[in-house]
Amino acid sequence: MSLVLPAPDLTRALTRISHEILERNAGSSNITLLGIPTRGAHLANRIAEIITKSENVPVQVGTLDITLHRDDLRMRPPRALMPTVIPSLGVEGRDVILVDDVLFSGRTIRAALDALGEIGRPKTVQLAILVDRGHRELPIRADYVGKNIPTSREQSVVVHLVELDGVDEVVVEGGPE
Amino acid sequence: MKHLLSINDLSKVDAISILDTAQELARVSDGPMKKLPTLRGRTIVNLFAEDSTRTRISFEAAAKRLSADVINFSAKGSSISKGESLKDTAQTLQAMGADAVIIRHGASGAAQRLADSQWMSGSVINAGDGTHEHPSQALLDAFTIRKHLSKGASDLAGLRIAIVGDVLHSRVARSNVLLLSKLGAQVVLVAPPTLLPVGIESWPCEISYDLDAVINSVDAIMMLRIQMERMSELFFPNAREYSRYFGLNIDRMKALKPAAIVMHPGPMNRGLEITADAADGARSVIVEQVANGVSIRMAILYLLLAGSQEIGAAL
Repeated sequence: MSLVLPAPDLTRALTRISHEILERNAGSSNITLLGIPTRGAHLANRIAEIITKSENVPVQVGTLDITLHRDDLRMRPPRALMPTVIPSLGVEGRDVILVDDVLFSGRTIRAALDALGEIGRPKTVQLAILVDRGHRELPIRADYVGKNIPTSREQSVVVHLVELDGVDEVVVEGGPE
Repeated sequence: MKHLLSINDLSKVDAISILDTAQELARVSDGPMKKLPTLRGRTIVNLFAEDSTRTRISFEAAAKRLSADVINFSAKGSSISKGESLKDTAQTLQAMGADAVIIRHGASGAAQRLADSQWMSGSVINAGDGTHEHPSQALLDAFTIRKHLSKGASDLAGLRIAIVGDVLHSRVARSNVLLLSKLGAQVVLVAPPTLLPVGIESWPCEISYDLDAVINSVDAIMMLRIQMERMSELFFPNAREYSRYFGLNIDRMKALKPAAIVMHPGPMNRGLEITADAADGARSVIVEQVANGVSIRMAILYLLLAGSQEIGAAL
């Protein structure tokens, strides 16, 4: 097990992502952050907090559960559904930023795009990710990346957040060191 | 879990997980796009050997919202009316590749028989078997009660619920007593002694013969249909006397607690167990029960069918 992103670095990465989002979208007025439960939802809230602090206006933030759109449902036991909360202005015509903790095969994001399509038609969809570990299986890339961490498929990347685990850190477990 | 045959198959945690799943799925039903791809390619058979409006349509709507293919099959107009046995019907469905069979049958235990037999390999969901159980109805009733009365709690602890009427012939009553008590509610059955089944003392509930003594203490009152079609003998002197003692009318509505809700599994005998004022009043959640039925049945289908059967289900 190795610590790849300690708490201060994790906070710095989120701060940088927040500013990149603001820069690319020329402010926060048309953006809607949607976190993918569980950890993506907490990360979206953190990014929203940083953006709100820097712009002095509240930003639209919510959660998007993708369970019902997964393509691997039949390969596992049924999963509990998590809440989907779409903020007041909806997604129609907005710049939607999907937020998740780890980008791996890209299948979660594909499911998220499907789930989003059922809700409305955003102007753009962008992707913010805390850790990109590679091994994509679909033509998907992130617009904002906290840290690129090269891994082998045998390893697992574990994100811990204060809200759930009492500590902020990213560790890589298993596989050859 | 592969089948849903009886409330006894569910633990309290399982039941709450079905209610929570239904709550999330209800949002889909409220949204602009009602269809989800989750059960695409699965075939679900509605095998209804007894009449039904709500349950059959509700399961059909639930399956279609999850993109499953639905085959409807009712006794009238099928070979069941020519005397085909359950076994032969089941083997036919197996040959056609049914992933799940939703069965309603006049014989208590029909769903269990289908599940225990080797006649077919899919999931079996009990949609009412004789006078035994109707688990999806109890789940949607619990969901409705929780939505209105639990104040955010995940179970029904502290609530008092009356179930009034023809308990003897009611599969809804049995499933509800089991489920509501499992979720922490206190259930009181109110009926004339002739309409209570043998062995009722062992059910986890209170029993009363006097509706007026109970009505002011309950948070929800569930009226049961008098099932004339199952009555071969006389259980009460006449309909007017029954409604005077056990019907929900405008005077009894006034005796209810201010926040109490009125429920009925349908179909109603208006004027017999419930008057039109009570059925259509502001406290009535009878129409909402139907809407909640779709969400609950989506949750049941999702939890039984979406995951892999091989690894074993989360339920």
